[in-house]
Amino acid sequence: MTSVRPDLRHLAVVPAYNEADTVGHVVHRIHQDAPEWDVVVVDDGSSDSTADVARAAGARVLRLPFNLGIGGAVQAGFTFAREHGYDIMAQVDGDGQHDPAELAKLVDYMRAHPQLDVVCGSRFLISGDEHRYPAPISRRTGIHIFAFLLSRFVRQPISDPTSGFRIYNRRAIRLFATDYPHDYPEVEAILMLHHHRLRMREIPVRMYARGGGVSSISSGKSAYYMIKVLLALFVGLFRRRPVPEPGRDARVAAETGF
Amino acid sequence: MDSRIQLVAIVGAAALLLFVLEMVRRRRLLERYALLWLFSAVVLLGLAVWRDGLERLANAVGIAYPPNALFFVAFAFVLLLLLHFSAAVSRLADQTKVLAQRLALLEERLEQAESGETQRLERAPAGLGEDDDVIEPVGAPRARRR
Repeated sequence: MTSVRPDLRHLAVVPAYNEADTVGHVVHRIHQDAPEWDVVVVDDGSSDSTADVARAAGARVLRLPFNLGIGGAVQAGFTFAREHGYDIMAQVDGDGQHDPAELAKLVDYMRAHPQLDVVCGSRFLISGDEHRYPAPISRRTGIHIFAFLLSRFVRQPISDPTSGFRIYNRRAIRLFATDYPHDYPEVEAILMLHHHRLRMREIPVRMYARGGGVSSISSGKSAYYMIKVLLALFVGLFRRRPVPEPGRDARVAAETGF
Repeated sequence: MDSRIQLVAIVGAAALLLFVLEMVRRRRLLERYALLWLFSAVVLLGLAVWRDGLERLANAVGIAYPPNALFFVAFAFVLLLLLHFSAAVSRLADQTKVLAQRLALLEERLEQAESGETQRLERAPAGLGEDDDVIEPVGAPRARRR
């Protein structure tokens, strides 16, 4: 198990699809509030100037030739982190929902609990109403259904299964560079961690409403995604997954659901 | 007994069989996708020729008019082929995703190299991590199966 030291290399992956309005701000915020983090923006086939804005802001940019969806974009980040030997990777969404200043909290928690492979920021563990995440009711219902099911599947309380604001250690990076789910990947990823005997824990973080752009999940599509992810979850329950050993990649394919 | 429909079935199945073989010969169809087609064409041809077998099959599953059993089998094969194609499309989508990711990573590395900033941003030698299996495709285990 990697022990967390100050000389570790940190990578913040910012998936962005047509987020030219906000991605520059997000990159600046990371440089400013979390200066020890390198930033790579994954431009998921945007038709606007997302890549140029990100590059101008000083981030490295992975330009996907066409839109792969959030799962494929973040997986490109995992592959980048693995190939460039990063010790800790974080996902910070390009729409300004995640607060880079909170990254230190996640890293401190992982440092204090070196047995953890993933630390996840949850917007629902925040006490008091002033920082409550303002999500539409339909969306929250979906999140709570996933939270309920996942908590039972993995026998550990999960409050915010769709939160992408997570940090990963080397083991988790290796796993997800090999295999990362497609839509709402965060939900299935929790199940994968459980199957692979990797440990995760949630801690409370602040999150904001979107700063601009359009969510990748419109309300019309959310029911469709909901059913898709439920299918993937239940199929995932019956999927045999080998436990990856150090120095060996998990023998899994990247496609889930349809 | 109506033998016209049997004749039509024989001609149809034989034409299908020849057409598939011809496509394979011209390399318009990969053998791995042709196998299921050939198999279904042969079975259909067999059933069309061997009327007795068709009648037995029809009796076994309770179809009053034997030629209908032929259509039933044909339909079952169509469904099977469609499922086969869905699986093939899924595999292609998977491989395409990996290719897109690799392309993005390579382009970024090329840009870094061209702008001469590689050394400044990279501390790991050659920009690689502990493992050297960089070009190992994620979709490989699946691709090997066929």
